[in-house]
Amino acid sequence: MLQDILVTGLVNGGVYALLAIGFSLIFGVARIVNIAHTAFYMLAAYCFYTLLTKTGLGFVLSGLISVSAVTLFSVLCYRLVIEPVREHEAAVLIATIALALVFQELMLYIFGGHFLGIPSTLEGSVRFLGVSIPYQRLLILVVAGAMLVLVWFVLYRTRLGLAIRATANDLEVANLMGMNVHRVAMATVAISVALAAVAGVVVAPVFVVDPFMWLAPLVTMLAIVVLGGLGSMKGSLIGALIIGYVEAITVFAVPAGAYLKGAVALLIMVIVLLARPEGLFGVAFEEER
Amino acid sequence: MYWLRRAWAELRNEVFVLPSRTLVLTWVVAVLALPFVYGDAYVLRILTMTCIFAIFAASWDLLAGYTGQVNFGHALFFGAGAYTSGLLSLKFGLSPWLTIWAGAAVALSFGFLVGYLCLRLRGSYLSLATLAFPLIALGLLFAFPDFSGGELGISGLRRLMPTPTGNYYVAAISMLAIVFGLWLLADSKFGIVLHAIRDDEVAARASGINTLQYKMTVFAIAGAAAGFAGALFAHYLRVAGPSTLEVALSFQVVIWGIFGGVATIYGPVAAVFILYPLTEWLGSIPGVGELRLLIFAVIVLLVLLFMPRGLAPWVRDKIETQCPRCKQRNGSWKSVCRLCGAALRRIDPKLQAQVPGA
Repeated sequence: MLQDILVTGLVNGGVYALLAIGFSLIFGVARIVNIAHTAFYMLAAYCFYTLLTKTGLGFVLSGLISVSAVTLFSVLCYRLVIEPVREHEAAVLIATIALALVFQELMLYIFGGHFLGIPSTLEGSVRFLGVSIPYQRLLILVVAGAMLVLVWFVLYRTRLGLAIRATANDLEVANLMGMNVHRVAMATVAISVALAAVAGVVVAPVFVVDPFMWLAPLVTMLAIVVLGGLGSMKGSLIGALIIGYVEAITVFAVPAGAYLKGAVALLIMVIVLLARPEGLFGVAFEEER
Repeated sequence: MYWLRRAWAELRNEVFVLPSRTLVLTWVVAVLALPFVYGDAYVLRILTMTCIFAIFAASWDLLAGYTGQVNFGHALFFGAGAYTSGLLSLKFGLSPWLTIWAGAAVALSFGFLVGYLCLRLRGSYLSLATLAFPLIALGLLFAFPDFSGGELGISGLRRLMPTPTGNYYVAAISMLAIVFGLWLLADSKFGIVLHAIRDDEVAARASGINTLQYKMTVFAIAGAAAGFAGALFAHYLRVAGPSTLEVALSFQVVIWGIFGGVATIYGPVAAVFILYPLTEWLGSIPGVGELRLLIFAVIVLLVLLFMPRGLAPWVRDKIETQCPRCKQRNGSWKSVCRLCGAALRRIDPKLQAQVPGA
């Protein structure tokens, strides 16, 4: 059981990290609370499913196409829906909620409400420390790790990353220093949704695909981001691992744990917030008046 | 006869001078007179639900719009009211007329609790943390299915009134009383303090306002109103289920509130009265029914693109102008202020832009 907990926690933590870091990034740079974030994850899973079962493209090709298509689509959504109401925080909030609802209903209409299963991309499993880990879960872990390294590289070793971090730090000063903050915000949206889309594609064969699959990870992701500190990459990563393990422990070790896993994760978030209102690694934003 | 003439004069001088007041009066009369004019059971059912949700949306607005505590977990209070009232009336056989008050009281204490836990949180942190509370409650309910009925909830509750018209009047009159109560509260000195807390909490505290106490009070009031709505809902549908605690309901009230225009009370109420019957009506059309949430979301998106501050403030600005001197509102057809006589017509900014050198 211990090994089960270790492996499941790590794999779920990896997926949550992909989602939470993207969400955190977009909040840090553009101050957008993007409720539709996990809806893009759902879109990517559906896109992957369609390409895989209808066109007969390979796994790798379908995955790449889904991620890039969803990313492009997200930029389009940002330009058409979010940017016109950027000054009104409340309007942005419900615009993202409405977008998520639109995606959910579109998928419900096109594919129906039943669960869709995707054949496993990789068969077989490897035995490690006495636990058999299916290759599919190992793949999730590897992809998540690779994406995290990639994001770290983009953020800390490129000029775009510098611009993103500068904008997150202080939008006005970054603007005065000659950075095109609108372009930076758009690039951030693309990066963050690409992360969500990658998560959607890799988990699709493990979880079931249905139009409501965005709700549960949304709540967990929000808990992680708040736990780790809004806008902090390190916090999101560590928060994701904490919540991943807490969920795994609750499911495996507590009776009726499957019902309680969300509640326990959220309870931990609330406790952390009580002790440290800005989250574990949060930077207390200066008074924004 | 004197009182009649007096009432008519009041009406003419205070209500009919402003289109928004006329609209509100028409709406109140329409809500009260509806069963006499059109007593169709289906329509009454939809409007009963509309009234219940209007209470819920108005209570959210007091918390989120006026005080700036944007609550993403308002369903907690709704669900607390529904479950408390349902359990009390079912397990102890108490009359629903008593248990709805118990539901409101439990929701009030939940409001205190959430308010206390969230005192140190601000802005987005508060929104995201409050999202957690109804889900924690939901997890607990699912973990103890003997007590809560699990997925199915508790069903077989008694209605408040035997007839549809009676139920409609219970909902409509509570709605009018609570909405006007909240409106009065928001317009009073208390409401001004809430505005101050939203705009600048530090400055409010520096002015000698105990902001912590105010925030907790507002959480409790909003919680009690939402819990009352939840209890009405449970007894009207005769079931208190997990749907009263779901994220979808919490988001729904956020959509109603922002769509109608925050910090107005009447805005979210108007939004519920437009959006809820609209979705029900769309759902009843064959072929369109499956798409109703889609159409709903698209309408919300489109309306927001054109009126980012919400529906009610937009309409209000179209039909009324504010006097630049005494800040009283006037019908937009007036050229001088009805109270102080200052000129109301401002130069159209578009025309002004064409003047060279301006």
